[in-house]
Formats: sequence, structure tokens, C-alpha cells
Amino acid sequence: MAIVVERKRLSWLERTYLPQIVSGLYITLKNFFKPKVTLEYPDQYTSLPAGYRGAPTLVKDSQGREKCVSCQLCEFVCPSKAIKVVPGEISADSEYAYIEKAPSSFTIDMARCIFCGMCEEACPERAIVLQTEFSLNGLSRSELLRDKRSLYAAGGILPDKIMKWKKVKDNSELEGSH
Amino acid sequence: MEAVSTAAIEGSAGAGAFLDALLAVLFSLLAVVVVMTFAGLSVVAERKVCAFIQGRYGPNRTAIPVVAAIPFFGNFLKKNGLMQLVADGLKFLLKEDPLPGHVNKFWYMVAPAMALSPVLIVACVIPFGVYWIDGQIYPMSVADIDISLLFALAVSALGVYGAIMAGWSSNSKFPYIGAMRASAEVISYEIAMALSVLPVVLWVGLSSQTPLSLFSIAQAQGNLWFCITQPVSALIFLVALFAETNRLPFDVAESETDLVSGYHTEYGSFKFGLFFVGEYGHIVVGSSLFITLFLGAWSPFPGLSWPESWGWISAVLSLLTFLLKIAAMLFFFIWVRWTLPRFRYDQVMSLGWKRLVPLALLNFAAYIIFMAI
Repeated sequence: MAIVVERKRLSWLERTYLPQIVSGLYITLKNFFKPKVTLEYPDQYTSLPAGYRGAPTLVKDSQGREKCVSCQLCEFVCPSKAIKVVPGEISADSEYAYIEKAPSSFTIDMARCIFCGMCEEACPERAIVLQTEFSLNGLSRSELLRDKRSLYAAGGILPDKIMKWKKVKDNSELEGSH
Repeated sequence: MEAVSTAAIEGSAGAGAFLDALLAVLFSLLAVVVVMTFAGLSVVAERKVCAFIQGRYGPNRTAIPVVAAIPFFGNFLKKNGLMQLVADGLKFLLKEDPLPGHVNKFWYMVAPAMALSPVLIVACVIPFGVYWIDGQIYPMSVADIDISLLFALAVSALGVYGAIMAGWSSNSKFPYIGAMRASAEVISYEIAMALSVLPVVLWVGLSSQTPLSLFSIAQAQGNLWFCITQPVSALIFLVALFAETNRLPFDVAESETDLVSGYHTEYGSFKFGLFFVGEYGHIVVGSSLFITLFLGAWSPFPGLSWPESWGWISAVLSLLTFLLKIAAMLFFFIWVRWTLPRFRYDQVMSLGWKRLVPLALLNFAAYIIFMAI
């Protein structure tokens, strides 16, 4: 059934429409002098909220060790197949030789990346982190291909409280305790 | 048009007809320049004012390399979007000029010129200011003809022919509907507009021999502007002016929600540019008509006018006053556009025929009785 909406009967002045026009003009004039909301983007930057998902980067720990152990979970989980990891060995003379593995090459195709953050969630080492960089551009596809070095350069150091791979002062100490 | 020579006063007895003609050409060029400059500036103003009302900055990035490098001035131009104007114009000029296969080619080509030229013709009769020679007062217009008001109303309404030609020759439904709406609108509001001017003409006729001349109408407002003595006429004229110039809230002829972009849907590049400029030129001319009729033309305040004793300074000031008023009117037009939504087509028609025409008639009758007493 059709519903009849009761309309308020307009007064004579309201039906001339003029007072409403004038009040409307007043509102727009007030807006005219209000400060602008536009962010003049390349000149001004906005502050990004916490948890912003920008470009994925590789990070090092506070000792400057590369955290990635090339487990390739991020590569498997990546829905757009943007990540490619080639596992490699840590050389025997390295201080961290006991960690055994590190990526020999790690590339993320920024043209494919959809910034979903699944790589960050999948990473058991917290080695891949989505940071705040959002303006990714290049003149060719290959420019948007980020290799390991540039990923580390973009990532920097993540000061992590948990030092998963740090050796306890003395292993014998541990053995003796139980 | 013999009346043209009356404006070219400077060359007195000895100068001869040649100088008169030369001055007439110069004057008309100046009038065209004034109208076109204001039309161009109003495009920028439209974008700026709209942006400001919506809390944005509007165009403030476009820069012409060399000009932008001028220390203070260049930045001023850039921030106020004035170089955007040049960029827009160049864009229209340099774009490919398409000629759709299904159009009537001749009328399709003529229509944009037809939309722009009436505006420029009307600009010739508008007195932009006054000057004095030997104690005699002259209007700063190209042609000071006795029936300039009639001429202006008649010719400015011709602008709608451009829309009709464009709509018909485009041979496509949206332009056609747009043109029909434009013509219907102009026809309906022309009546109210003319009727609203009649009391003014009557009033001027009490004191002047040539009440239909814009110059004598302007002069008759020495004491009180007609918008104060005849507010209803002024209101009707203003509303009708909005409809005549196809501006929001009456721009049903090119309402993009239902008609793509109305009668110039099929046009592109410079032909569209001509329509665009013609539309803004129409607003400039319409506002100057309104200023001459109701806002005291070149007098700065009601009851005040620039004194003759100041000579040419007064003349310049009168011109500047008029131009300033045009700018204010343009701002008003733009301001209204970004405040009010568009009326429906039937609302526009019923407002025109059922409200404005009777109101204008009543107003006219009231002033006849008032003046008879």
C-alpha cells in the first residue's frame, strides 16, 4: 500500500523560496572563508596512522643481522606472487653461521604487490615488515622490481625485544642446569 | 549602423570620417576585449570560487615556465590559477577538432559562432562609463543608440539560436532535448524579463526623451538606484537573467545528469570552447545590463556619482566602478551556482509562467497606477 507522507504546509514566505536561498547563500559564503581541507600532497605529507600497510621491506635486527632465514613462507603466502626468494647458506666463517640459512636473493615486484600484509603475518622471524612508504613509482616494470639490497635499505633496523637467535652466554651453563 | 559614429567623439570637426571609423573600430575592439577578458576570468573565478566553497584550493599548480619564474608576480599568477586560463585556452585550440559523421555540417559549424557573436554585439551598446567633453556628457559605449535597451534584449536573446542550431544539427537526442529546453526557457523568461524592465522605462520616461536608451536609464539613477525604488522589477529581472544565461539553478538545458551536457554534447575542442566562452560572455553582458538598469551603472554608491569637475579621472573611475560591479555580479552568479541545486524542468517552466509573468504584470500595473498618481 502506498504510504502518503504528510507534508508540512509551507508559509507564504517559504513558498517564495527566497529566505531559503538567502540562508543557503549565507552558508556557502561561510564555507568560502573557512580554512581549506585540501592537503597539497607533494608539498605536504599527511601523518600515517599506526599499522599503515605501505611497501613491504626487509629489516635487520638491532645487531645488524639480517633476520630473514629464507623459509619462503612469504613467497608461498603471497596472493599476488610478488615475492621471490632464493634460499642460500650463511658462509661458515660468519659470526652467525649457526643460523645456517639466509636468502641469497630476495625480490619483491612492487608492481604486483597488493599491500595485503600477509607476508608480514606469515613471517616467523618478523623479517618482512610493511612500512609507511606508499609512493612507489618507476618508469618501467624493472624499476619496480626491488632486490634484496634495496629492500634492506628501505627496511632499516627493527629494534626487536625478542632476540630469538641470540646465543645464551654459555651453552654449558644451560646443560648444567638440568 | 550609423549610430556607431556618435561614440567616436574625439575626432571633432577637422578629423574626418576616417578617424571616426578608426575610433569606432578601436572602441568596438575594446568592448570585445573587456567582455572576453571578463568571460575568461570568470572561468577561472568559477573554478576558484567553487573550490573555496567546497573547502578546496582550486587550480594553483599550472605554471608557464618563464612567466612563473618572475619573482612575486609569477607566484601570484600561479596561486590564483590565472595561468590555468591560458592552459585551458591552449588545450581547446590544440585539441583535435572532430566533426562527427552524423551531423548537419553547415549548421554544426555555424552554431558556435552564433552562440558567441550576439554577446559581442550587445557589448557594443552597453555604456561602460562616462566622459565629459566641453561640459557635455557622453557614454563610454561603442554605439549610443536611442533604443539600446531594446537592442540589447533582442540581440542577447538571439544567443539561444546558437543552442538551437547546435541541438538540431547535432542530430542526436541529448543535444536536441537540450536545445528544446534552452529555447523554451529563453522564450518563457524573456517575457518576464521584458515586463520587469517596463516600469523602469516608464520611470525614466518621466524625465528623459529617450527612455529606452541604456545611457539615459543609467543617468536617471543619479539619486536612487532602481533596485531600491523598484525591488520587485530588479528581482524578476535577476531571476530571468539566470534563466536566460542558462545558469544554475535554471540550467536544465545542459543538466549533465539527464542530458550528458545538453546542446553542446557533440562538440569538442575549439567549437566547444566558443560555446563555453559565449556562455560566460552572456553572463558578463547580462550582468552589465542588470548593473545599468538597476545597480546605478557607474555610480559608486546610491545617490553618489563621480563629479564632472575631476575630468578624465572621473571618467576612469566610472569605468572602474562599472567593471568592479561586473566582477561582483559574476561572483554572485558563481556563488548562486554553487549554492542551489538545479530545478526540475517543469518547475522552471511553472516558475516562469505561473509566478514570474503574473508578478511582472502586477508590478507593471502597480507602477503605472503609482506614476499616474
